[in-house]
Amino acid sequence: MDRLLNQRQRALLLSAFAALALLAVTVAGFLLSDAAMVTDFSRKNLAPCLAYPFGTDWMGRDMLARTLTGLSLSIRIGVLTAAVSAVVALAVGTAAATLGRRVDAVLSWCIDLVMGIPHILLVILISLAFGKGFVGVVAGVALSHWTSLARLLRGEVLQLRSAPYVLTAEKLGRTRLQVARDHLLPHLLPQFLTGLILLFPHAILHEASVTFLGFGLSSEQPAIGVILSESMSYLTTGKWWLAFFPGLMLVATVALFALLGDRLRRILDPATIHQ
Amino acid sequence: MILEARDLTFRYHPKGPAVIGRVDLTLKSGERLGLTGPSGRGKTTLCRLLAGYDRPDAGEVLLDGRPLSTYRGYCPVQMVWQHPELVVDPLRTLGATLAEGWAVEERVLAGLHIEPGWLTRYPSELSGGELQRFCVARALGPATRFLLCDELSAMLDLITQAQIWSFLLEEAERRDLGLLIVSHSSPLLERLCTRTQAL
Repeated sequence: MDRLLNQRQRALLLSAFAALALLAVTVAGFLLSDAAMVTDFSRKNLAPCLAYPFGTDWMGRDMLARTLTGLSLSIRIGVLTAAVSAVVALAVGTAAATLGRRVDAVLSWCIDLVMGIPHILLVILISLAFGKGFVGVVAGVALSHWTSLARLLRGEVLQLRSAPYVLTAEKLGRTRLQVARDHLLPHLLPQFLTGLILLFPHAILHEASVTFLGFGLSSEQPAIGVILSESMSYLTTGKWWLAFFPGLMLVATVALFALLGDRLRRILDPATIHQ
Repeated sequence: MILEARDLTFRYHPKGPAVIGRVDLTLKSGERLGLTGPSGRGKTTLCRLLAGYDRPDAGEVLLDGRPLSTYRGYCPVQMVWQHPELVVDPLRTLGATLAEGWAVEERVLAGLHIEPGWLTRYPSELSGGELQRFCVARALGPATRFLLCDELSAMLDLITQAQIWSFLLEEAERRDLGLLIVSHSSPLLERLCTRTQAL
């Protein structure tokens, strides 16, 4: 493999694989969402076997279907919240760095304010205000997680704006828009993508914890957070598969996202073009 | 055209020392003015002020009697920096960087010994001397009237120095450009300049 493809091609291949796998899980979960709700007490508490590779739970529900549906829901929530957070962060960070000292002071104060409130509390409050459920969780996580990325992007834009090559471009008569498109955006993109992908595990974990505390998704929805918290009470009776497979799949999903982010960064970085 | 600095004073920090204190300087088209001075005397800072990268705390920079800051768009006073690797965007190919200034003529590329293959490369794939040629070519747009060369050749080998300077002299002559040449090398200034000023 080392000889056949260079690192860039391998990175492309791997990120395509990761993206496809994530897409497959999302679609599969979407299609299986009805099967995940079916209860059948004639097959309850089955250990993993050929017919049910992930086993069944105390109500005879197929854990494979439930896990995939839960992951699908998590991925959708994660992608949505990470995207909203990242866009808010980009807008706030760029505005703070470009619109003058007063705007910067106000926006930096807002960032400090949001950062000062404990995350979980803020997520719960916003989730409650938006009426819990899917919308509540997405709003809660999205509106509380943009701060650190916004601060990072603000610093990056400030630094870029005083970079000699940006100053020179302005002297060469390039308009603000051209400078932003040619010089700022390409430099911000890797930071932006990395931030977006780092937000993803956060989003899933907060979704799970808020759901666990009863302020998020309702308990009949097969979310990974719900599955994991429910399975806790069955672990002591030896039903390990209830937590093991969903947990493993969650880790795998997060790892796939990390892989995707890392390879994307490598593809975008021109210093690695010859590797 | 005439580029004038009148009574310039500049400090990087409001309470800091004046890096430039009451400096006067005049540069006419077709003139080649050498600027000398020990390290830390503000040669680069003066260039930044003259090219409009910074605003002076007192005094003014005039181009044909009009403040330089009132010129919009392409600035007629262009500066070539001492460190070329800082003034090219590391994420853009040099062809794209070059096109930012103007549609550079084949003649200029040939005169500066820029090979066509370099245009598709990224800055990290070229040496400082090679990058400096791009910076010179980019700054020579048709609207450029004055060129400030801040230690343009300090880190180049002698052959590259000779190539760049002979091309620049020729170009300045042909287009009646005014050159400000900053250097620590007095033989170089003697060879190039019509007069010198110490800072």
